[in-house]
Amino acid sequence: MSNRKKNDRILLAHGGGGQLTDELIRRHILPNLKNDALAELGDSARLNVASNSLCFTTDSYVVKPLFFNGGDIGKLAVCGTVNDLAVAGSRPVALALSLIIEDGFEIEVLDKILANIGENANQIGVDIVTGDTKTVETGAADGIFINTAGIGVRLTGADPGFEKVAVGDKIIINGTIGDHGMTIISQREEMKFQSQLKSDCASLAGLISELLENTSGIKFMRDPTRGGLAATLNEISRSTGLSVEISETDIPIRPAVQAAADMLGFDVLTIANEGKFVAIVSPESADDCLNICRNNKLGKEANIIGEVIETIDVPLVEIETRIGGKRIVQMPYGRELPRIC
Amino acid sequence: MCLAIPARIIELDGDKAIVDAMGNRFKAKTTLLPEAKLGDLVLVHAGFAISLVDEQEAKKTWQLIEEINDFMDTQNRISG
Amino acid sequence: MLDRINKAQGLISDACGALGRQINIMEVCGTHTVSIFRNGIRSILPKNLKLLSGPGCPVCVTDQGYIDAVLELADRDDCIIATYGDMIRVPGKDSSLETKQAKADVKVVLSSEDALQLAKDNPGKTVVFVAVGFETTAPATAVVVKEAAAGAIDNFCILSGHKLVVPAMRALLSEKNHSIDAFLCPGHVSAIIGYGAFAGIVEDFDRPCVVAGFEPIQIIEGLCEICRQLSGGKAELRSVYSAVVTEKGNAAAQQTIDECFEPVDGYWRGLGKIEKSTLKLKDKYGRFDTFERFGINEEPGKEIKGCRCGEVLCGLIEPTECGLFGRSCTPQEPVGPCMVSSEGACAAWFKYGR
Repeated sequence: MSNRKKNDRILLAHGGGGQLTDELIRRHILPNLKNDALAELGDSARLNVASNSLCFTTDSYVVKPLFFNGGDIGKLAVCGTVNDLAVAGSRPVALALSLIIEDGFEIEVLDKILANIGENANQIGVDIVTGDTKTVETGAADGIFINTAGIGVRLTGADPGFEKVAVGDKIIINGTIGDHGMTIISQREEMKFQSQLKSDCASLAGLISELLENTSGIKFMRDPTRGGLAATLNEISRSTGLSVEISETDIPIRPAVQAAADMLGFDVLTIANEGKFVAIVSPESADDCLNICRNNKLGKEANIIGEVIETIDVPLVEIETRIGGKRIVQMPYGRELPRIC
Repeated sequence: MCLAIPARIIELDGDKAIVDAMGNRFKAKTTLLPEAKLGDLVLVHAGFAISLVDEQEAKKTWQLIEEINDFMDTQNRISG
Repeated sequence: MLDRINKAQGLISDACGALGRQINIMEVCGTHTVSIFRNGIRSILPKNLKLLSGPGCPVCVTDQGYIDAVLELADRDDCIIATYGDMIRVPGKDSSLETKQAKADVKVVLSSEDALQLAKDNPGKTVVFVAVGFETTAPATAVVVKEAAAGAIDNFCILSGHKLVVPAMRALLSEKNHSIDAFLCPGHVSAIIGYGAFAGIVEDFDRPCVVAGFEPIQIIEGLCEICRQLSGGKAELRSVYSAVVTEKGNAAAQQTIDECFEPVDGYWRGLGKIEKSTLKLKDKYGRFDTFERFGINEEPGKEIKGCRCGEVLCGLIEPTECGLFGRSCTPQEPVGPCMVSSEGACAAWFKYGR
């Protein structure tokens, strides 16, 4: 017989759709995510969105640890989905939020996560209009899993797509790579080390809409999350059938991130980012795009890192190394492991 | 079979050390390098210091060493 | 630094031009393989200079029998497998530690000390430490074996896959028709064993041996020194890694290895049996030897008929000349070390055509 205080931790009953679910929604979820659409608590949210061009996305968040330097699973869940809408050229208007919580999860911790979700959504100007909560046995969800789905409205004139990418287009990234992934790794139990590393988790909606409003040469954008810059560039290469050439010396990387990766044997190009986007832009607009990024808090270290080139045999991503050599950037396997070799 | 990077010993208690590589602090043992002292630059492999690093020689070949020194200078300036 | 690299590059070009023939330099360390690949070093070398990736990393050369022994233990409820990340994807007969991870207790560790700690934290289970690596890593294993003995931590054992570099180099040079002109010797192995350990190779086989570190400039200057020697027609033993390597190496580390281990014959994937090339725990520490503790034998993996990794490693044939290449041997289902390692000659050839 459990002697836990009833209102201290999540119980399986909190996901049962009855009294406890109701209590959870009214006492913990609604106060953090205040908006009219959500307050109706309908089975579906009623939105007034006049548009015939919408973007729609979803993502799940299973990060461990839940809290890390620079953010938490809640901030990630909002920014990650907002960024997917932003890179597609849309303004985020509404998010759905699904929580899967373990039996025994501390409600105080849940409150912190919900507060972060609410705060970030508020700052970005997007509402969480509908959601769901389920509970599972202890151990089945690493504490908590979150899914967010998002709807965005196409920004006027913005229609990025990989079919627009052409030889000669420049590739821009808005700042340093590897910060988020290496921060998470540094705080994982198996590899814990003290550092000043900080996740770059942030919403790119503002910066991207500024770019789309003030320039007309943006062909395609993607945020290099799992698999890092290496995965994103390989995806672009595969989808367009064109090849990519980047320069190692032009890629912004914090020395502390590089050193941490070197110590553990990781390749920074394959490490996740949560506040970065890769933009493929026309050569004429590259300088303007760069300037806009650099004048924004989230783009101070932006740089042109390479360009799109003709494919010779098969679409490839090639990097010119800092010693002037050339090598191929492979699609990462999907699970980066520390090495001693 | 040899991934190892230079790091500076910033704490040492017996053969248990904390080494610093650009602000990242890792545990390392100096069991295989009994002559290692606080402040030494050492090569760390799989959690063990395996060799002292000659700083002058290292500066000639390791970009990271120069950056370490710049980094430490900046840190010192910041902390006054 | 770019100036120095360009200068070294120029000297290499001149030397190779003057020599006029195909030059094959082998590196025997996986970390060199990765650094050469990551820095695109091959692309700035003259066409007649070929860098051979030798049998240099545990991913490549761990015999299938060893992996199968680990996987058998992984299936046991009373075992925790502690391994360096490098080993997770190496294939056994039917599976790998990666595929086992869903059901078995397999933990990636950064240090042998972490493996020992796992044993202390889990008294009800036996921690099996997958102890792979060359002489650079063997001392780390020896230290924890001694600690386990001193602390009576009996739920800890190691599966020693530690291999020795020099016997492998000698075995390759004893291959009929090998075409190895020189060796780029591993910098961190040398930090332990001292660069003097390669003197015998120079004397007995008249091949330059140059010890280099892993930064691109260190590798290029090492290659430059080799080319200088080849031009002069005189094979020498040199180290261009004086920041870290001495002639005698790390005495404390060598002593620790000697105290715990003795060299025995071992099986290398793709190369078969090499005499006195693997480290086995001495009888004094026999109770920490996994094979003894669990009464299992390492069955050497059956030589897959048609696998020509040995010849590819020595630079005698190109991957495409091996009958298994692209058919029964692919990156998804690799047979020999050249395909197991993502930077191995066959894996690279398969993906990019060269």
